[in-house]
Amino acid sequence: MSDAKILLHHLVPEHQIVRKEEEEEILRKLKAKKDELPKIRKSDPVLRVLESAYGTIEEGTLIRILRESETAGMSVAYRVVVRG
Amino acid sequence: MRAPIISMVGVLKRISSIKFALLSPDEIRRMSAIKVITPDTYDEDGYPKEMGLVDPHMGVIEPGLRCKTCGGKVDECPGHFGHIELALPVIHIGYVKEIKKLLQSTCSSCGRIMLTEDQIKEYNKILKNLKDLGGDLSDLEHITKEIVNDAASRGICPHCGAEQKKVVLDKPYTFREEGHKLSPKEIRERLEKIPDDDLIPLGINPEVARPEWMVLTVLPVPPVTVRPSITLESGDRSEDDLTHKLVDILRINQRVRENRDSGSPQLIIEDLWELLQYHITTYFDNQTSGIPPARHRSGRPLKTLVQRLKGKEGRFRSNLSGKRVNFSSRTVISPDPYLSINEVGVPIPAARELTVGLRVTPHNIEKAKELVLRGNSPVDEEGRYLPGVNYIIRSDGRRIKVTEKNKETVAEKIETGYIVERQLQDGDIVLFNRQPSLHRMSMMAHEVRILPGKTFRFNLAVCPPYNADFDGDEMNLHVLQSEEARAEARIIMRVQENILSPRFGGPVIGGIHDHITGMFFLTHKDAKFTEEETLRILKGIEYDHLPEPVEEKDGVRYYLGKDIFSLALPDDLNMSFRGSICQKRGLCKLGKACPDDAFVKIEDGRLITGTIDEKAIGAFKGKILDKIAREYGPDTTRKFLDTITMMSIGTITVRGFSTGIADEDIPEEAKRQIDELLNKAVRKVEELVRAYREGTLEQMPGRSMEESLEVNIMRELGKARDGAGEIAGRHLGLENPAVVMARSGARASMLNLSQMAGSIGQQAVRGERLFRGYYQRTLPHFKRGDLGAEAHGFVRSSYKSGLNPTEYFFHSMGGREGLVDTAVRTSRSGYMQRRLINALEDLKVVEDRSVRNTSNTIIQFTYGEDGADPAKIPAGIAVDVGEVVSDILGEEYSDELDIKESSFGTKDEAPEIEMDDLDEEGGDE
Repeated sequence: MSDAKILLHHLVPEHQIVRKEEEEEILRKLKAKKDELPKIRKSDPVLRVLESAYGTIEEGTLIRILRESETAGMSVAYRVVVRG
Repeated sequence: MRAPIISMVGVLKRISSIKFALLSPDEIRRMSAIKVITPDTYDEDGYPKEMGLVDPHMGVIEPGLRCKTCGGKVDECPGHFGHIELALPVIHIGYVKEIKKLLQSTCSSCGRIMLTEDQIKEYNKILKNLKDLGGDLSDLEHITKEIVNDAASRGICPHCGAEQKKVVLDKPYTFREEGHKLSPKEIRERLEKIPDDDLIPLGINPEVARPEWMVLTVLPVPPVTVRPSITLESGDRSEDDLTHKLVDILRINQRVRENRDSGSPQLIIEDLWELLQYHITTYFDNQTSGIPPARHRSGRPLKTLVQRLKGKEGRFRSNLSGKRVNFSSRTVISPDPYLSINEVGVPIPAARELTVGLRVTPHNIEKAKELVLRGNSPVDEEGRYLPGVNYIIRSDGRRIKVTEKNKETVAEKIETGYIVERQLQDGDIVLFNRQPSLHRMSMMAHEVRILPGKTFRFNLAVCPPYNADFDGDEMNLHVLQSEEARAEARIIMRVQENILSPRFGGPVIGGIHDHITGMFFLTHKDAKFTEEETLRILKGIEYDHLPEPVEEKDGVRYYLGKDIFSLALPDDLNMSFRGSICQKRGLCKLGKACPDDAFVKIEDGRLITGTIDEKAIGAFKGKILDKIAREYGPDTTRKFLDTITMMSIGTITVRGFSTGIADEDIPEEAKRQIDELLNKAVRKVEELVRAYREGTLEQMPGRSMEESLEVNIMRELGKARDGAGEIAGRHLGLENPAVVMARSGARASMLNLSQMAGSIGQQAVRGERLFRGYYQRTLPHFKRGDLGAEAHGFVRSSYKSGLNPTEYFFHSMGGREGLVDTAVRTSRSGYMQRRLINALEDLKVVEDRSVRNTSNTIIQFTYGEDGADPAKIPAGIAVDVGEVVSDILGEEYSDELDIKESSFGTKDEAPEIEMDDLDEEGGDE
């Protein structure tokens, strides 16, 4: 079904599942509530790969996305898993 | 007037939510001031009819009359709703989709949603979850759609077991159940049966919206103030479109009632019912697809409720998003090189109308009284403009007009808390704008200079950001009214703060046309100027002392143009680059002197070699400008720009400059050469055609024979045109004014010149030679099937020699395509821009550098993901290694490395995406 190969594509940034303990700290730093964060669908190809590797990801979980940037070095973004 | 302005300031409230609900029939009756039954409006004596559509219970529109509901006069009574009792229920066209959804997903006999209890629970949980994670309306729509699909796909009701028939919508408003037409009455009955709890999974809140209210039994009649009638000068009344529509509804309603009560045949009643449905539908939306729009007697379609709200001329875009403002003015613009780039010249008549509100305090009360004592059109002893006062506003908000007669008495009465509306004076800060406002530099803050005349004036260096010229352009000016606004404008909107564009990280403000030509003449090679000329050039410019004269002949001192220009440069500026006139000979790389004087070298603020042209000071391209703006800040850059605009205008005035068609004269010999070259090219084309006919033409990979031929011909003719240009160019040197303009980048290009002197070349439509026209030929002047150069749009003449008739026709074809393209491009990009702005308008960068929208949702975690200001990134490259190297090691090394041009090639190309040939096409405004 889902193919781990997609993670190797140079346009797919690194996705990490954020541990529940970290969530509060991250939200505090961002000064944001969960509903104020960008979203990622559970059906997103990357999430499906992550699910097949780490088991079910619940809705509301935070995903950390690390993008390489020419100017910023590394840019960090967070997304909340939603249905779909 | 109303409450004083002070109470309006500082009331900030957030809308936390908006609830949409349906009006129930009960509520409609409750809010109604009167039941309307008479379709007539006025009786024979011209009085409104009781229970008619303009009954005074619904408000008044004529001065003097009083509202029968609240007793208010015209401006006091807001108007009151009335209502019409419909003889038979009718579907509300705005809710047809909802009704369809409801009918399809509920049971026709028991009214329950066709999902099992478990499913309902499951979906409710999802909906709740969605709310908690901040899903928006579109997410909700997604899920309810899924629920509806789920429920509608069931053939049998899980609650009562009744078999379901398929309900289809026959647009626009007829529902059929297996061919049988469902009347609005039946539909209403079905909707009534749906229990409240089953509505929640369907996305409806039963507390505020019962589905049966989507089928109208009572129609609210809007107040007369919403649909005022107008009295024509002939004394006739002309009613509003809404009133007309309501008259129609009342008439039909009446007939339906009569027929129903008298027991007419069902067929007749159904026909009338249908008609009532039609009128009520068009009353809401007169552009419903599938039904003909209701028309006025004149044949004009009526403007009903939806039409009042929708589109560019609708309530939202025209009255709510787009408001009109006071303290603004608009007039024609004209140039004034003696103004600073920060200034704008405001004509006296405009300055007299535009005012700045001064709040009177104990500190300025004397000044305020003095101002008022001047009256409303003061001048000084020499008859020059002085700011006066038009109005004062008392603490209670009353406005008092200041006139020559009452100025003393008014001045007496002034006390703290009053506002004195002072006319514009020099130094006031205003916003200046030219439409279309495509980027933020379309609206910048300027300092006022009151000038005689009738036009707004500004420095020509500011034309590029506004994309303004003076062929009749008009611009708008807004006077800022609050201290905060003025401070903000001064700090972030002033012209000097916007020299570097966030679009490409280079200067958008800079020299154009004559500035560049002037600078060229000032600095090219060893241009010298007498002392008198030098002083003229430097008129109005601040400098410590004149440079050393380079020579003295017959008692006249001569100054080097390069030295004069150096006065404008900061003392510690060091840089070098190749100018626009560079011919790419490569000598500068070898450390040799440039024969064209194109290699600009500045050491310690002195221009050593090189000519100042577009690459040095031009808008979009000026390297000196870019460097000064980046390293010395806005103030220095403004001074530099003010200085060089004055210097170059001075130079070009002293020297004199003109161009004419004679500038494109070339010797007979050259003309002969060009002719020969073109003949050769045409013969070459004939050969190619022959080769194609004989089948010996070499086919190009991926192309058909025909295409190969075309490509070859185009290439051959292109070469010919360039060749002609090259021959002509040999006789057009830098002593030629037209060439000076083209080479220095002031205006036009060498291509334009070669088209005037040499040959215009191949005309194209959609990138191909011309083929349209008659059967197998473009014009009847040619033989069918002729594939030669002349037959398909090759124009061998020059603009100067003139075109023959066929050439002229071909040229027009090419020209027409250009015009159509610009028209299409502007409209398309305008729409794209609108969509983009609508999506981005509420985004802002907050304190932690994240980008958020008004509901505080994070769009970007750091602005641009790197937090960098695009205006401060040189030409879109974050780190310019070449610049760093040359700063540390000195110029020579960076040239040796040649980093600038090779690995960071984009740096030079980036700003050139610009407006090259877009401007001035439309002629005057």
